[in-house]
Amino acid sequence: MSTKASRSAARLMISPAVILLLMWMIVPLVMTVYFSFLRYNLLSPGATPWAGWDNYYWFFTDPSFKDAIWNTLALVGGILLITVIGGIGFALLLDKPMFGTGVIRIMVIAPFFVMPTVSALVWKNMFFNPVNGIFGNIATSLGFQPIDFFAEIPLLSIIFIVSWMWLPFATLILLTALQSLDQEQLEAAEMDGANWGNRFWFIMLPHLARAITVVILIQTIFLLSVFAEILVTTNGGPGTATTNLTYLIYVSSLLQFDVGMGSAGGVIAIILANIVAIFLMRMIGKNLDA
Amino acid sequence: MGRITLEKVTKSFGDVEVIPPLDLEIEDGEFVVFVGPSGCGKSTLLRLIAGLEDVTSGQINIDGQDATDLPPAKRSLAMVFQSYALYPHMSVRKNIAFPMRMAGVPDDEQKRRIEAAAKALNLTDYLDRRPGQLSGGQRQRVAIGRAIVREPAAFLFDEPLSNLDAALRVGMRLEISELHKRLETTMVYVTHDQVEAMTMADKIVVLRAGNIEQVGSPLELYKAPRNLFVAGFIGSPTMNIFDGAEAAKFGAHTAGVRPEHIEVVSPEEGYWTGTVGVAEHLGSDTFFHIHETGLAETITVRAPGDVAYNHGDKIGLNPRTDLVHKFDEQGLRVQ
Ligand SMILES: Nc1ncnc2c1ncn2[C@@H]1O[C@H](COP(=O)(O)OP(=O)(O)OP(=O)(O)O)[C@@H](O)[C@H]1O
Ligand SMILES: [Mg+2]
Repeated sequence: MSTKASRSAARLMISPAVILLLMWMIVPLVMTVYFSFLRYNLLSPGATPWAGWDNYYWFFTDPSFKDAIWNTLALVGGILLITVIGGIGFALLLDKPMFGTGVIRIMVIAPFFVMPTVSALVWKNMFFNPVNGIFGNIATSLGFQPIDFFAEIPLLSIIFIVSWMWLPFATLILLTALQSLDQEQLEAAEMDGANWGNRFWFIMLPHLARAITVVILIQTIFLLSVFAEILVTTNGGPGTATTNLTYLIYVSSLLQFDVGMGSAGGVIAIILANIVAIFLMRMIGKNLDA
Repeated sequence: MGRITLEKVTKSFGDVEVIPPLDLEIEDGEFVVFVGPSGCGKSTLLRLIAGLEDVTSGQINIDGQDATDLPPAKRSLAMVFQSYALYPHMSVRKNIAFPMRMAGVPDDEQKRRIEAAAKALNLTDYLDRRPGQLSGGQRQRVAIGRAIVREPAAFLFDEPLSNLDAALRVGMRLEISELHKRLETTMVYVTHDQVEAMTMADKIVVLRAGNIEQVGSPLELYKAPRNLFVAGFIGSPTMNIFDGAEAAKFGAHTAGVRPEHIEVVSPEEGYWTGTVGVAEHLGSDTFFHIHETGLAETITVRAPGDVAYNHGDKIGLNPRTDLVHKFDEQGLRVQ
């Protein structure tokens, strides 16, 4: 898009979509902001008096709030770390021509198509359960005390489950990026005396930078709102060990029926998401410039 | 030093034998050009020498040492790719420095060599740009610069000029020739452009379907093509080839005469006669396509200057009989 005419034509073309999206966003956003200033509890219907900043005050000072922020960031960070590193590893493996590549690729991609509730339940009951789970059985048969994953390392367990689900996404994006790398560049590097490590570090990784950025940005959007996996496994517990911001909002508005408080949490979540977005764009956004 | 010998080298991709057993000697300091039609295995042969492909059988020696199983980096050869294969996210300076960095050359030495290469290749002003911000010719020079700084035993070029426009190609051709004169390093150069081959080479290797058809200096190939294939491939415009009774007059099964060895005369004086078809005026020369000569569909004739004949004119043709090439039934040259 370089000429003035094509630029304005492009603006015109995308404007319906932009307007529709804006409305889709603005209406719920405005309502949420409005509710967050009301004393609006479903247990005491009728009056919804103006509450000022009260909801925010109580939400901030709630001890679980600090935990929730920390858990949210730990979840996002941990999962990003695992999926990006693991995704690069899988992409490198799958890029090599080998026996049964087609089948292996499908198997690697499959977890992405399993719904979060289902995969979380599968992990909870089939793998992580200390009595019936596979890990528990292996530990017992080797004479170890089985780990009760959701009691002892709850946050890590959730990070693990969600990583398992997102790894295929990262792998897929990074694999296509890797396959678009000009083979002659690698051959040139080989002739220039670069061993595999150097080729990876100086040629492949810079080539992957943009794809990694895309993976991080897209995943962050979804990972800030991880919910189903927590709901079906730990219910945010033990205590608040696995309560993230999304779950905390759910607890306030749907378990404590406090719509006002939940809305305040929602607004805070939006602000947090934007802070994270600004950070990310500052750090890695330049990779997206052509 | 850069003496490369290939002994009975073969290469197959699966069941397809791309290079049948092939022997070749490349002397130190020589400029060797591989030419041949598309798909004849020129790139494959070059990649075998580079070590980017494994030979199926046979042996490759570099400077008397068996290099058959050496990895590319250990062969002290530098390659310039058709697509340049520059590293897009590194500046020109870093691109050129890359092989030295890999080899652990000290920083100040790196700097010295980069400056020298940049100066020689007119790249000094572009050192801090990315390859994406350079023109095709400049990218080509960066690729050459990256090859030079390694001070390799031999350079390998795979159609380095084919992405450039005609004028630039002539310029780069000269630059590469000059570079060869200055460095006196062995160069192996792949092209399918026979003009490049003729103008640059010390030695031309003509390939067809992986077979070496002839090896020799440009003039040897021009004057004494060993068979019909080489005769047709070397020279521009291509040699006029005919057989039958006219060829038998020269005592050959098939005979060939180059366009520049036929004189255009009046129809009465001509050894052959024909009708003028298309005329291509180049200014310095004019190429006539002559029909109805009884030799072949079209006979091409080169006349010096701007000789004026019109479409449909009857003319006479006099070949220089001492320069007619004769071939036997197998298409091999007979003397
Ligand atoms: N990796 C490969 N697998 C199978 N066949 C191949 C492979 N690389 C090359 N070939 C075949 O080997 C033959 C020679 O290829 P090569 O690239 O050496 O031709 P070339 O002489 O360089 O042609 P061009 O002038 O078009 O570059 C071709 O028929 C090609 O199809
Ligand atoms: Mg080729």
